[in-house]
Amino acid sequence: MPYEILEHEADAGVRGIGGSLEEAFCEAARAMFSLMVDLEAVRPEREVPVRVEAETLEVLFVSWLGELLALRDLEGMVFSRFEARIKGTDGRWMLEGKAYGEPLDPARHRPAVEVKAATYYGVKVGKDDGRYIAQCVVDL
Amino acid sequence: MEVRKLNDYEWEIPRSGDMLVPGRIYASEAILKPLIEHKGHEWNALEQVRNVASLPGIVKAAIAMPDVHPGYGFPIGGVGAFDPDDGVVAMGGVGFDINCGVRVLVTPLHRDDIEAKKEEVADKLFHHIPAGLGSEGELRLSVEGIDEVLRKGAYFALERGYGLPEDLEYTEEGGRMEGADPAAVSLKAKQRQFKQVGTLGSGNHYLEVQYVEEIRDEKAAAAYGIEVDQVLVAIHCGSRALGHQIGQDYLKDLEKASRKYGIPIRERELVCAPIKSPEGQRYLAAVFAGINCAFANRQVLAHLVREVLCPLYGLKPSDIRTLYDVGHNNVKFERHRVNGEEKEVLVHRKGSTRAFGPGRPENPPKYREVGHPIFVGGTMGTSSYILRGTEIGMQKVFGSGVHGAGRAMSRAQAKRKWRGEKIIQDLRGKGIIVRAHSYAGAAEEAPLAYKDVDLVVEAAVGARLNAVVAKVRPLVCIKG
Repeated sequence: MPYEILEHEADAGVRGIGGSLEEAFCEAARAMFSLMVDLEAVRPEREVPVRVEAETLEVLFVSWLGELLALRDLEGMVFSRFEARIKGTDGRWMLEGKAYGEPLDPARHRPAVEVKAATYYGVKVGKDDGRYIAQCVVDL
Repeated sequence: MEVRKLNDYEWEIPRSGDMLVPGRIYASEAILKPLIEHKGHEWNALEQVRNVASLPGIVKAAIAMPDVHPGYGFPIGGVGAFDPDDGVVAMGGVGFDINCGVRVLVTPLHRDDIEAKKEEVADKLFHHIPAGLGSEGELRLSVEGIDEVLRKGAYFALERGYGLPEDLEYTEEGGRMEGADPAAVSLKAKQRQFKQVGTLGSGNHYLEVQYVEEIRDEKAAAAYGIEVDQVLVAIHCGSRALGHQIGQDYLKDLEKASRKYGIPIRERELVCAPIKSPEGQRYLAAVFAGINCAFANRQVLAHLVREVLCPLYGLKPSDIRTLYDVGHNNVKFERHRVNGEEKEVLVHRKGSTRAFGPGRPENPPKYREVGHPIFVGGTMGTSSYILRGTEIGMQKVFGSGVHGAGRAMSRAQAKRKWRGEKIIQDLRGKGIIVRAHSYAGAAEEAPLAYKDVDLVVEAAVGARLNAVVAKVRPLVCIKG
């Protein structure tokens, strides 16, 4: 599976794995939404633009997840597909992307727990064993 | 790391390295042992106590209460007080759910009254209380409306017709935190809250109809006006998305501030700013606004409970009164005795409630002689407790209390181990009706996924920080 949920005492860790940094970011976002809803049931019908900037890749990653949580509340939507383009160098990173999903439908999406925030706990972004990973703990 | 035993319920991490004060852990051996064994792990509560003890301006000790477990920056169950001149305000000492807390309502009902209509009570509460992922409250607010929430707290809800004036008298800070500044809260935080005022949330948040099983302190129980078999309603929730966004926003701002003021960042969530700095002042003004948001939430939810129970039992709204409303993720300026001298300090309580003992002027007049009540949440299937603060608690832990059991098992493990439907069915066999918006959520909240709340209470009482007033049991539980 290109994403994993990591064991954690009180909350949960999300890890995205991919052939590129972008893929790892997107898979981690899927991991986070898989904690909240049945991903398979979420139709990627509507797209919402996402844009975040940060000084480091780790901050960029946590901000990306945080921004998606904000969009969940602002748009009343849940997302199952993501696109991201990451540009920059250390000191200034930028992510431009899209989140695809639909308005939350509790009957179909079978909501579980609500993620409150993405944290810097256990944050790791980069190349690992020939593939890219992006991970952190999320507060539930 | 050295952990020295002082007595059965008190342990010390002696000062070493960068620590400015010692660490003090109030726990039994049964609680402490797993934490010590956890040493060396990435996620370590004792290491977090040490990190807090190294923050500038900390006074007396970095404190861990008996429900201590690893948190973000501060441990959960962490208390840290700082000198207002030299000290810092730290994001990890408050967390992402600002003023998450518990309000308990006292009804004139007897346990048997609920038993007679238990399913109906459960259904009606479940339908009337917005809870779970994506739920929306009945208030639809604009930025101006949210600004009012942030300035006025529970008073905002009262003005809009939610609840009774006397509720505020029995809410910490009178339900309205001074010093809140809506301008310190981002537009995004406000927008996320437009539809969330008066919603319960999910995860470990709940609304529970309970009965008093046992009274252990007659004098305090008389002051609180509770007796055996009386029905209470506990509401556990916080500042919802607004609080979460304040946390996210200030994590970045305070990281910059830590670097600017040359404060080492020992953990990413332990970022901070000097209290007197513009960054520190701004964060405090935002947190105080978040505190008000949580007060308003619980005030609205209390009203919704009255809307369900009053017609069902022929009660007037004033027949259901607020016992107390107290938060457990907070930072506040308070007066305490430090090294023999009474002074103002900034007290952080992360996963710990304020528990002011007898005589404190902040307590409502009726509770002044015994101390105000604090609420220790159990699980869906176990007891909860009503405790009170003590004089020793005032001296040793800045008048703080325990707040809950803490998880024993990860959510993923719990979901693998149990099915939500089965958990709910088993609890029904024990006379507890659970209505959950999510079966997966119910499995994650399975009673056995939590530590034994009795152990936590035993240690708090053993250390004489808190005293037990009553033990309560659930009858109906609404989960997000």
